[in-house]
Amino acid sequence: MNNVRVLIVDDSSVMRKIVARSLQQAGLNLAQVLEAGNGAEALAVLKQGKVDLILCDINMPVMDGLEFVKQLPGVESAQGVPVVMITTEGSEGHVVQALSAGARGYIRKPFTPEQVKEQVLPVLAGNP
Amino acid sequence: MSAVNPKLATEGDRESWIPLLELAAQEVFELMLGAHLDAAPAPFGETGLDITAIVGLAGQVSGAIALRCASESATLMAAKMLGVNVKHPGPEMRDAVGEVCNMIAGNFKNKIPGMGDGCMLSVPTVISGAAYSLHALADSGKTEIHLLFEGLPLIVSIEVHG
Repeated sequence: MNNVRVLIVDDSSVMRKIVARSLQQAGLNLAQVLEAGNGAEALAVLKQGKVDLILCDINMPVMDGLEFVKQLPGVESAQGVPVVMITTEGSEGHVVQALSAGARGYIRKPFTPEQVKEQVLPVLAGNP
Repeated sequence: MSAVNPKLATEGDRESWIPLLELAAQEVFELMLGAHLDAAPAPFGETGLDITAIVGLAGQVSGAIALRCASESATLMAAKMLGVNVKHPGPEMRDAVGEVCNMIAGNFKNKIPGMGDGCMLSVPTVISGAAYSLHALADSGKTEIHLLFEGLPLIVSIEVHG
């Protein structure tokens, strides 16, 4: 897939870089990588323009990933944009919570580039 | 949040956690750093281990998981995670070691039946320097494993309160 604009939300800058690299390894041609350190920063980034995909951690200071996903319906530029959670919180309960809040995919850390590919490509193609 | 679950905090349980904690750490290093962790042939002291990352546990199990290593090891972790040459200790090193500890904690709790949903993780805290003492304000039991990362010493520990 070409020219994908992605927003990566994680309080670890190292992890944001790893996620971006994994997306490229999954075969995505990234036109733009936007980054945010928490949910509140991500909402501010989305006010600047639209993206094609959001990858979001759960445990973050200021605003966590679940709260961020719950607030997305109120953000015009985020309408229809798929969100994939990428987090250490790997329990069934957390997955259910995230999907109920509106996430379309779920990747547990630690992850392989293959796992990123398996979750992200169908979501981007509109087949979660 | 659920009350502390005494079944998840007994000394017997903590002994059975050792191989799971080691496996959790090994999986993180293999998947995220492309590196293998070896069990240390004998326990080693904490001299020179001047970087500590701590992730708090709350809920059915209350306590903390910590990772201690030398700046050299933490810098190497950052380099392997980023796939670039990180020469000097700095913000990327602290970020990397905090995230490694976070992933070990998350991976470990997901391996303990009943702990995944019943236990929350804090965001990581990273301490630079070795001249400190940590005092838990509750009875606690500490379990630690001694590992080698590229031949460099590294300690992963779990401390449970109550």
